[in-house]
Amino acid sequence: MRVELQIERFDPVSGETRLQPYELEVREEATLLDCLEQIKDDIDGTLAFRRSCREGTCGSCAVRVDGRTALACRTPVAELAAAGGTPTVAPIGNLPVLRDLVVETAPMWEKFRAVDPFLKPKPGRPADGRETLVPPAAMEVVRKEALCINCGACVSECDAMSVSPEFLGPLALAKAWRFVGDPREGETVRRLEALSGEHGIWECTRCYLCNERCPRGVDPRDAIAKLGAEAILAGHTRDRGARHANWFLTSARTTGWLRESELVVKTLGIVASLKRIPLALRLFRHGKAPLPWPRHKARDLGPARELHRLVGEQDRRGALGIVQGERALDRIEFVRSVAETDSEDVSR
Amino acid sequence: MTRIAYYKGCVAGLSARELDASTKLLAPKLGLELIDLESVTCCGAGDIQMADPDYALHLNARILAEAEHAGSDTLLTICNVCTLNLRQAAWQLGNDEKLRSRVNENLERSGARPYSGKVEVTHLLWLLARGEALERLAEIAFKKLDGLRVAPYYGCQLLRPSNLMGFEDADRPTSLESVIEACGGEPVDYPAKTRCCGFPILLAREQTSMAELARPLEQALEAGAEAMVTSCPLCHLSLDAWQKSLERTEGRKLGLPIFHLSQLVALAAGLEPSQLQFSRHVVSLGPVLSKLERVDDPSTGCDR
Repeated sequence: MRVELQIERFDPVSGETRLQPYELEVREEATLLDCLEQIKDDIDGTLAFRRSCREGTCGSCAVRVDGRTALACRTPVAELAAAGGTPTVAPIGNLPVLRDLVVETAPMWEKFRAVDPFLKPKPGRPADGRETLVPPAAMEVVRKEALCINCGACVSECDAMSVSPEFLGPLALAKAWRFVGDPREGETVRRLEALSGEHGIWECTRCYLCNERCPRGVDPRDAIAKLGAEAILAGHTRDRGARHANWFLTSARTTGWLRESELVVKTLGIVASLKRIPLALRLFRHGKAPLPWPRHKARDLGPARELHRLVGEQDRRGALGIVQGERALDRIEFVRSVAETDSEDVSR
Repeated sequence: MTRIAYYKGCVAGLSARELDASTKLLAPKLGLELIDLESVTCCGAGDIQMADPDYALHLNARILAEAEHAGSDTLLTICNVCTLNLRQAAWQLGNDEKLRSRVNENLERSGARPYSGKVEVTHLLWLLARGEALERLAEIAFKKLDGLRVAPYYGCQLLRPSNLMGFEDADRPTSLESVIEACGGEPVDYPAKTRCCGFPILLAREQTSMAELARPLEQALEAGAEAMVTSCPLCHLSLDAWQKSLERTEGRKLGLPIFHLSQLVALAAGLEPSQLQFSRHVVSLGPVLSKLERVDDPSTGCDR
């Protein structure tokens, strides 16, 4: 199979970036990584890229293909060719480029280390002196996060990191949940407090690009939501993000709908809200700042209030409330791929 | 007329009332009879999903149940965020019987109705952009937008996560472009159309949020857009209401008028600008309406 690619080349000496076209003959089942290796071996030995395991486990070969971050070793090149056009291969985003497809990963690891990615077990041991046993079901809350291979695909795409480089980001936060959510972990409360800082949990802008690109199905955004839920449950509710989330809850159980006009004060506090008076006046002039009174109430509020009481008694609080039905969500991919295979079989 | 359950969400009932109003005016032209669900609440907006996730699931289950009991197998939304939260709950409840039966027990004990697990949640954009609907749209949009250069803005949560949404390629969507074209406008392409407007953290992390907001606005203007259209009232709040704050921090004028999807289509379908309540926008639609010779209401001049 004849393949055409263009690769974004960066020369650190001259500081120049250019697109270099390549043409090569490869096997039908070749991956993008096979192509890169063939180029390096046979066409251009100066091409720089990272790789190791070739089977989606080491997380070294993440690149951006036509703007989407993916593992080169898990990208069949025939699929790229079928999409038409010449695929462009570029280094992953949100990290400085060292040369060609190789990026400086130090800023990523710095954040990884900042979340203290080790288990800090609860003190004491079982009476028999042996290891702490955990039933498999209790590990369900961190099942997806434990699949992470640190490839940085989520970091590459993160919208918030692209404008706020200090944001801890999806990789470090998903890793943080891997330990915070572990039933053996002993420093959950301290960790959640640290993660509730200026560039932690509440700086995620919920763009879902991390979930979209993760090659392992970790769903980092969902991990961040789990951290948020546990932080609130643990009483770390002073951050503006937590207060914002809590105001939606208060609104729903008091009036059914969001009490929008009070949201700013409830999130920012009175002093910071005063600075926004000009904005408030502008919104008010256009009817965009509805008055808090009379309240915009949902009809038939009884069940909304009663549900809140009932749910509060049922011990599915915090992250447990998020992971339920997660298996059902996992099944989407599976159901879709089965449906596609079925229709292919029919067409054959 | 197709009867369909309609969930307007919080913001279209409050600060973006113009969206609810224009959707209701547009519906009959599209052959839709909207069943306004009354005994429903907020979908949680991704926020109650953190403050009390189990409660958020129950609130969504109740909304889905109300749609079902209104005799509709489809629930129509006009907001990206509502669409995601409702579709997420619909998947969880539709594919996990044990979870559904616990939720239903709670719904019934609280005096709400149970949910069978079979409602399809859709967004107005998806209804408009399907093959036949698009042909019909081109017919009803007799007041063509006269080549108006419109930037489509998708934002995030109607596209991603794509395993839950799945209407179109999340990286190369075309639905808004097709709708703009059917209405006689000219879609303007720019990279940030599928990126975030920053709305969810507008209050919690204003600086990060505003830096995100700047990208679609600046890129669309640079690509020659005369207006922008969005499928989400929350994106609209960022793009429209916060645009002036952005102008102040950036020290330059942007002045890009932002349409709600329903407004853009309704305008092309011949509804009068005054009915579509453009005076409720912060950035004036005046220049666009003058260009289209559709100024029938002095208040649409807004404050520019």
